[in-house]
Amino acid sequence: MGANHDDHHHAPDGHDRALRLGVGGPVGSGKTALVAALCRTLGRSLSLGVVTNDIYTTEDADFLRRAGVLDQERILAVETGCCPHTAIRDDIAANLDAVETLEHRFGPLDLVIVESGGDNLTATFSRGLADRQIFVLDVSGGDKVPRKGGPGVTTADLLVINKTDLASMVGADLGVMARDAAAVRGERPVLFTSIRQDPTAATVATWVANEVWSWPQPHHPAPAA
Amino acid sequence: MRARAAVATVLGPGGRTVVQRLASAPPLTLRQTGPYTVHLVSTAAGPLGGDRLALDVAVAPRTTLELGSVASTLVLPGEGESEMLITARVGTGATLRFTPEPTVLAAGCEHRLLVRLTLEPGANVLWREELVLGRHGETTGRCHARFDAIRDGLPLLRQEFTVGDPALDTSPAVHGSARCVGTTFLTAVAKEPRVADGVAVLPLAGPGTLVSALAADAVGLRSRLEWGERTTINGDDSVAFGGDGPVPGLQ
Amino acid sequence: MHPALLLLTDSRLPAGGHAHSGGTEQAIASGAVHDVPTLAAFLKGRLHTAGAVTAALTAAACAHAASTTTAPITGTPGTPLWGRLDAEVDARTASPAQRHASRTQGRLLLRVARRVWPSPVLDGLAAESPNPHHPIALGTAAHAAGATPEEAAMAAAYHAISGPATAAVRLLGLDPVAVHGLLATLAPDLTAVTAGACRAAVHQDPGWAALPACSAPALDLLAERHATAEVRLFVS
Repeated sequence: MGANHDDHHHAPDGHDRALRLGVGGPVGSGKTALVAALCRTLGRSLSLGVVTNDIYTTEDADFLRRAGVLDQERILAVETGCCPHTAIRDDIAANLDAVETLEHRFGPLDLVIVESGGDNLTATFSRGLADRQIFVLDVSGGDKVPRKGGPGVTTADLLVINKTDLASMVGADLGVMARDAAAVRGERPVLFTSIRQDPTAATVATWVANEVWSWPQPHHPAPAA
Repeated sequence: MRARAAVATVLGPGGRTVVQRLASAPPLTLRQTGPYTVHLVSTAAGPLGGDRLALDVAVAPRTTLELGSVASTLVLPGEGESEMLITARVGTGATLRFTPEPTVLAAGCEHRLLVRLTLEPGANVLWREELVLGRHGETTGRCHARFDAIRDGLPLLRQEFTVGDPALDTSPAVHGSARCVGTTFLTAVAKEPRVADGVAVLPLAGPGTLVSALAADAVGLRSRLEWGERTTINGDDSVAFGGDGPVPGLQ
Repeated sequence: MHPALLLLTDSRLPAGGHAHSGGTEQAIASGAVHDVPTLAAFLKGRLHTAGAVTAALTAAACAHAASTTTAPITGTPGTPLWGRLDAEVDARTASPAQRHASRTQGRLLLRVARRVWPSPVLDGLAAESPNPHHPIALGTAAHAAGATPEEAAMAAAYHAISGPATAAVRLLGLDPVAVHGLLATLAPDLTAVTAGACRAAVHQDPGWAALPACSAPALDLLAERHATAEVRLFVS
């Protein structure tokens, strides 16, 4: 039994479609705000689509639509049947369907962002759904969270620690968080940000843009050697 | 008792409808009550168990027939199953409005109600069926209803409904504690699905609409079906339907 | 029993089924389902109406897939009549919300089945009908996996109650063991529905007009109400 190779969306090398970026993390850490910031910053230079996995129907999608950062039609919401982690990890069918719907309607796209429903530290994206994933924490969860690890913190391609502006108020030591994250993540990057202070999420957007440009696509040919 | 009644229209001079054939067969007695209106008049109790009744309806192209009944049909127990088979053919550009009074399933009855509706392109139909599950304070008898509408050779709507299986009758998936169940099939196409207390307007995959309703009593059922029919025919019914309170078990 | 049936009926089959409650979420929101006994009545009604129809259509699809891929001794395989079977499913599904849920689940299942059990009959279905109704996708997938129409019907009947049961466990916090006990007590009903579905479906290919068409008015109402609900956790 092998993969169905005429189904181009499942091409293992990903050479013929947009980069799929998962954005996960606990409830309230700022996933939706980050997605809005990425749309705001990257939306002019890249062709984007967004899939939300809200616990309650379409709230996140509605927030993004109201934020006006992207054409409404480019945002799709997926219901997750009370199990947000199932929808991004164990049974990714509805999310893949939504991603492909966006690619079909608006393709070729450069980047499709899949925002998970708020979940716990063990929730990560299946590699069958996301090519890259960002895990978003915030300082108000306590500076011990990176030390606790969990698949999201340890394996995400990028760990974003948000709401740094609140660090002093909640008694979180950013230095401790950086050290603990590095201990469990090795070389994988960690970025500290405050989307409230920087609504463009400039550093995260730069990281995402680099991933998109290094993602081989037919309409973004790699520079000739 | 076996009986086969028939009604047929033809296109008369000046495009008028003429009720050409009106064949009664007791207990199915047909009376013409208007230029294109015919009523079923019961001339015996029943159907009773063991009865096999059939009604053939033929509406010729570009004619109109309104078929009603003067009273409810009370299905009673007897020797074995009773059956009512209605076969209707509606021609191109013809109109059939079938709106009999409800069928009441008395305790102990065993009834089959079969409808075979064949539509030519451009036929206009409104077909209402109402079932009352037992007389007042009575448990329901058994009934198996099947409705098949074929348009232009393709299936448009196929529906079966079974009453009287104690395991299913109270299921909140089927009709909960509603005592009256009804549908109206229309060839008119509702703009969009609508749902209100105990009634849904369901645009079919093909050109037609099903109004499906549940209610505690026959009056409530009728008003819910009529709301759905108006909504389908007139488009948006901006006055929200209040109904007569929530359907028990289906609030 | 063909082992593929275990895969097809496993709630972990990654075909999007986990997010469908089949009307259960609205039945709970309306108060009609609130504990194990009311869930039992709901599931039993669902199984003998929507379940009986989907089981028969699934068996029909499986038998039809077989008839188009296995050459009878006396002739050649026929051309699949997926469009005709699709029209029969449409005619038995008055609720637009239920048609939509059926096609969504069918599309996702077809996608999974084509990768798990690659076969010309699934490719042919996808080419002719990219959004097949769920029973057509399930019956064809069952055939591609090596299962019989009877087994396909059993899978469909079980699917008609297993997802709704799980949804009730999640939404009401019911004791999962009690709910599985309830599913176990429905085994004779599953057997009966499967047998009825096969009687109707297998020997009539492709005379599908007489297949069961059991309607459930409450499920229709629940499905439409769910489609317009402001807050919902499940797709259907």
